[in-house]
Amino acid sequence: MPASAYLLLEDGERFDGVAAGATGGESTGEVVFNTAMSGYQEAVTDPSYRGQIIIFTYPLIGNYGVSAAAQESDAVHARAVVMREGIDREDAFEAEGGWLTWLADCDVPAIAGVDTRALVRHIRERGAMRGGIFAGETAADDALERVLAEPTIDGRDLVAEVSPSEPTLLDADGSGPLLACIDTGIKGSIVSHLRSRGARLELHPYRTGAAELLERHPDAVFLANGPGDPGALDQVVDTVRELVGRVPVFGICLGHQLLCRAIGLETFKLPFGHHGANHPVKDLASGAIDITSQNHGYAVLGPGGERTIAGEDPVRWETDFGTAELSHLNLYDRTVEGLVLRDVAGATVQYHPEAGPGPHDAEHVFDSFLAMI
Amino acid sequence: MPRRGDIEKILVIGSGPIVIGQAAEFDYSGAQACKVLLEEGYEVVLVNSNPATIMTDPEFATATYIEPLEPESVARVIERERPDALLPTLGGGTALNLARALTEDGTLARFGVELIGADYEAIQRAEDRLRFRDTMQAAGLAVPRSSVVASIAEGERALERVGLPAIVRPGFTMGGEGGGIARSHAEYRERVAEGLAASPIGQVLVEQSLIGWGEFELELMRDARDNVVVVCSIENVDPMGVHTGDSVTVAPQQTLSDAQYQRLRDQAKTVIRAVGVETGGSNIQFAVDPASGEIVVIEMNPRVSRSSALASKATGFPIAKIAARLAVGYALDEIDNDITRRTPASFEPAIDYVVVKWPRFAFEKFPGSDGALSTHMQSVGETMAIGRTFKQAFVKAMRSRELDLPVVAPADPAELLERLEISTPDRYELLLAALAGGVAEAEVCARTGIDPWFVAEIAALARGEDPEAGLARTFKAVDTCAAEFEAETPYYYSGFEAPGPEGPRHEVRRGERASVVILGSGPNRIGQGIEFDYCCVHAAMTVRASGRDAVMINCNPETVSTDYDTSDRLYFEPLTLTDVLGVIELERPEGVIVQFGGQTPLKLARELVDAGVPLLGTPVEAIDRAEDRPRFGRLCAELGLRTPAYATAESPQDALDAAERVGYPLLVRPSYVLGGRAMEICYSSDALADYLSRTGAGTPAGERGTIYLDRFLENAMELDVDALCDGEQVLIGGLMQHVEEAGIHSGDSACVIPPMSLGPDMLAQVRQATEQLALALGVVGLMNVQFAVRGEEELYVIEANPRASRTVPFVSKTVGVPLAKVACRLMLGERLRDLGLEERLGPGGPKGRHVAVKEAVLPFDRFPRADSLLGPEMKSTGEVMGVAADYPAAFGKAQAAAGATLPSAGAVFVSVTDYDKPSATQLAASLHDLGFRILATRGTAHAIRRLGVPAERLQKRGEGSPNVVDRIESGEVDLVINTPTGSGARADGYEIRRAAVARGIPCVTTMTGATAAQRAIVAMSRGPADLRSLQELHAEAAGHAEAAGHAEAAGTPKTPA
Ligand SMILES: Nc1ncnc2c1ncn2[C@@H]1O[C@H](COP(=O)(O)OP(=O)(O)O)[C@@H](O)[C@H]1O
Ligand SMILES: Nc1ncnc2c1ncn2[C@@H]1O[C@H](COP(=O)(O)OP(=O)(O)O)[C@@H](O)[C@H]1O
Ligand SMILES: [Mg+2]
Ligand SMILES: [Mg+2]
Repeated sequence: MPASAYLLLEDGERFDGVAAGATGGESTGEVVFNTAMSGYQEAVTDPSYRGQIIIFTYPLIGNYGVSAAAQESDAVHARAVVMREGIDREDAFEAEGGWLTWLADCDVPAIAGVDTRALVRHIRERGAMRGGIFAGETAADDALERVLAEPTIDGRDLVAEVSPSEPTLLDADGSGPLLACIDTGIKGSIVSHLRSRGARLELHPYRTGAAELLERHPDAVFLANGPGDPGALDQVVDTVRELVGRVPVFGICLGHQLLCRAIGLETFKLPFGHHGANHPVKDLASGAIDITSQNHGYAVLGPGGERTIAGEDPVRWETDFGTAELSHLNLYDRTVEGLVLRDVAGATVQYHPEAGPGPHDAEHVFDSFLAMI
Repeated sequence: MPRRGDIEKILVIGSGPIVIGQAAEFDYSGAQACKVLLEEGYEVVLVNSNPATIMTDPEFATATYIEPLEPESVARVIERERPDALLPTLGGGTALNLARALTEDGTLARFGVELIGADYEAIQRAEDRLRFRDTMQAAGLAVPRSSVVASIAEGERALERVGLPAIVRPGFTMGGEGGGIARSHAEYRERVAEGLAASPIGQVLVEQSLIGWGEFELELMRDARDNVVVVCSIENVDPMGVHTGDSVTVAPQQTLSDAQYQRLRDQAKTVIRAVGVETGGSNIQFAVDPASGEIVVIEMNPRVSRSSALASKATGFPIAKIAARLAVGYALDEIDNDITRRTPASFEPAIDYVVVKWPRFAFEKFPGSDGALSTHMQSVGETMAIGRTFKQAFVKAMRSRELDLPVVAPADPAELLERLEISTPDRYELLLAALAGGVAEAEVCARTGIDPWFVAEIAALARGEDPEAGLARTFKAVDTCAAEFEAETPYYYSGFEAPGPEGPRHEVRRGERASVVILGSGPNRIGQGIEFDYCCVHAAMTVRASGRDAVMINCNPETVSTDYDTSDRLYFEPLTLTDVLGVIELERPEGVIVQFGGQTPLKLARELVDAGVPLLGTPVEAIDRAEDRPRFGRLCAELGLRTPAYATAESPQDALDAAERVGYPLLVRPSYVLGGRAMEICYSSDALADYLSRTGAGTPAGERGTIYLDRFLENAMELDVDALCDGEQVLIGGLMQHVEEAGIHSGDSACVIPPMSLGPDMLAQVRQATEQLALALGVVGLMNVQFAVRGEEELYVIEANPRASRTVPFVSKTVGVPLAKVACRLMLGERLRDLGLEERLGPGGPKGRHVAVKEAVLPFDRFPRADSLLGPEMKSTGEVMGVAADYPAAFGKAQAAAGATLPSAGAVFVSVTDYDKPSATQLAASLHDLGFRILATRGTAHAIRRLGVPAERLQKRGEGSPNVVDRIESGEVDLVINTPTGSGARADGYEIRRAAVARGIPCVTTMTGATAAQRAIVAMSRGPADLRSLQELHAEAAGHAEAAGHAEAAGTPKTPA
């Protein structure tokens, strides 16, 4: 009989379940839900989930075990995992271990047996909020105190926890274009997508200055994905500001938000974010729709400060760097999913063309990035 | 791209009768499509031969033609209606093959009809297994090693490439008909021969065996802008080697990693593009090697399919609806997801529950068939269950099956393991027993090839884990988005969850309006099919129209009743007492309707009432009275109505004694089942003793319940009556005369409206008897009575069913009055006298002069080793309707629609019992006059010759060769007339009938049927029958003068029944 545990939200809502993963593990963080039906290991090792507790809406998590190939980084970044049912098997041909065992080994607290659907509906209605996983015997009022003690994501620099302290040069002796990457917590899949296309990649600590980056004479600067609030990264934004126009700049997810802020656009916090693998995104140039992998809590405001884009007319921002044009639109909630800079070299997408996990529809984005060099 | 304005009239082709491999799912998709096209402002012309469908309700099309689904008749509809376009992707393989034929014979070009939703080349690339294989290889995808074979000789060569075991798969057949696994060389030759015969293009694919690999299906949609979405993934729990239609399947897929699943998804997109399906849904099947992850493409269906219906119900994404919109020009992002209303259809559903589909089989009805599952589909229906975990869904699905008899697993573990080796319908019970008995999971995996993940889940259940225990039944919504958005559509299922502080966290938005719960009919099975779903849907429509909320409970994913558009709230739940009460507790309905779902809800009536649930319509007391044989017998006696002598017995000895009192021949059966299960005619006490020992009836170990013994009325004509009653007044909805005599189950015999050979006195007697019964029982709603008429005078009551019957849709479509809707209004408190139906249903009967024939469709082609003989036990899976100005023409149409088109020339083989010889000789004579060659066995030939009609004598099987069977197999015979007596002749005829069925030659086994056939052949020789839409016929029946004009036709002859 596994030990009882419960999830407590900052508004006092409580969901009971049983402890899984790290024994006796307790943890607090921002509670978000992910609607992908597979890819649990990719998710928890994605640095963008730093500081967050992930609810998986798919009820069975762990079916096909874990494997080194599915790692998006070398650590688990999610604070904790909430599941309807956790499974610890390794039948799949790629499996190298069981999910629950692995969580325990990585010292990640988890809770199973939770009515995750009711929980998700609660968060959908009230918005993402702080919460924590606690052992059954922990008193609810202590638990609530600890939840409230957890700082909110807003204005918080989580990148510091995931960015490297030293630069790394990959494929130094290759002949492809050189990309200087401001590593705010880059996913493994992005790295391999760029490398598989012949790019030479340099991963730099996120506080690296523009001058230092330009000294490397990169063919382009790449702004990676990463955790938390783009509003808390003014130093990076300033760096990007100095880079735009002098070298092509591309960004994915957080990188997209940072470039947008750098050219003067605003970001805002979505009620409960986009975390899943089924969001339709329309490429406004071609009309093509990609089913995309998504993982972000913030988004970019439209030219008039609007959160969603109405109508079909072209959307443009006039910036210090000339015109920026909306290139991709989320068909679920019509939020900004990407833009191109018309007068200087630069383009970004909010979603995850690298998938990992999720559909491969948007891989072509990497080709178009590199084609701009 | 918006709606196309350049087309106005669209022809939709249905899938015809319910057969194995093509069932109610095509009524669901077809009905959805018709609705959408009408909404979009198009004129819809529909052709479908199946009257028991919602899609053939007059309001679902501008013009509805109940005609045989054959190129000729569809061409005549095209000629008459001149549609601009043909949408062939919603009527299964039937519609697709028709579209192909009409393209090839130039009909579409001649009348300028555009194929929409599919193009000819794409159909070819997908359905022609050879071209499909080449297309896949050209696209860089892997397919099993294979050779296409068009002759036995080529088959031998192919075997060298492929090796044993080999998979033999005929081209262009439904549900793998005629295909199979060949483990030995001998078996291989047999399979190839069968396959060549089954394939309309005489082509089979001989394929490397992938038995034991994982089997996966992806349901895709593509629009004209080349946007592709994967609606759902389905994993077969039964590995490759068991047809997906016969496999227990789960959605979404469970065992693939994200990386592996995305590979599958990428390949699926490559397939749909390579085949070139421009718009609409496609089903793509893959095999995955569990050891290496290697992926192989198995097939693609470039159309809406059984699996896409399942996917729609599993996800809430209405594939057929959207396919129809795509076909008329829309793009995916121009169509709303009607579950969220605020997001477009260009997305992939996110599921936060687990769905398990379970097939329903009927092997027990086909003695001779070995009951082993294979690559050709043999199940007759399916049930689906939604749970929050796999275990929850799995146990729910098991209890949704409603098996007549519990499966008894052998106690001996060795035997258990043995039986696990071959998949059979009861394999999961065996598996559970084995695991409970301590057999290692690995052992089970090795024997069955079932993925260890599933075996582990099932093992937990075997160890006694109850996935519901300690949790609260909590109703959740199916919303396509895992709760990311608010769901507008009330489609619910119960999960079992840890409750919150205020109890279960239900999602149901009940609203304030009074609600009425309609209990569905569960999985389709022989004896309880789509007809009952049709009635439930009509009930839902009526309840809604009355201003109440219609609440549907059902667990059959194929049906229209489980379309969330049909009711105000749909609960996808098993039809067991506890599950139903679970819904009722939450709904607190004004009443529950048990009259439309066949025997399934009727069986629950008593317990529901005991639980304090209010029933609408006929009180439970009346139900008991009609269902309880002795009580019903007494009632008839009180009313002065004749019933066959009968007795009931509680033990075998008891039965043998009682039989002496009743007298032979008699009809024996256990008390409880629909469709005359385990019902037999016994001519002697030996036969009875044999029956009792075979079925174990009456013995505690055997089938539960009492044994019923009825005196069997030989050579009696059977009648079926559907009547409406409000407790005070009775109206006869329809009075059907069976073509076959009593003794052939009402569900299997053809019948005709109006009756052809009943005098006014007998008609009056029948009406009166029906009226007496309905009033005495206190029926409120529908009642079905079966009568037998012997000689001129004797009327017997065989049974009365206080519920909607199998024939309600057929009757409704014939007389133009929706009986189920009327019945529902009566249950809701209206009175017949206020509905003004006397005009149409009174003694005068409907004004229409047309004649309608219902013919049963039998699945013997699926069970080659079973006897195709008809009897009191129902065996048909579906029905068709033939309607024309006179009986022979209507009968001919019905035969053609049933797939047994009568020959207009050639050779007829006649072999009948002495009793039938007189009429058989007359019949042979007239066929001879029509230019047929007459072949017969000795006795019959002799009798015929005496009439001066030349008859070639054929040797019986025993008399050496070439004999009858050889001649039939070599294709020299075009029509077989073979009547068996109750005694020995059955065995003799068996091989003849088997051969005829195998060759697809019409085979008539009753004299009355034969006479009708002969009449029809005469009628056909006078040229094609007239063609009119259901709407025209109904206008006529309603007495509208203008339409009545051309109803004049050859006077209706009498059948000599
Ligand atoms: N090469 C094969 N080896 C083993 N089983 C096969 C093979 N090909 C098909 N099958 C089985 O036969 C079933 C029917 O084959 P399929 O190609 O889907 O024909 P159908 O048109 O009847 O669906 C499949 O569901 C699968 O289980
Ligand atoms: N006493 C009888 N004599 C002749 N035929 C009978 C008799 N009783 C039943 N039958 C035949 O058996 C069929 C099935 O019997 P029925 O009582 O209708 O069972 P079910 O409940 O399956 O409809 C009937 O349609 C009829 O053809
Ligand atoms: Mg198939
Ligand atoms: Mg009956």
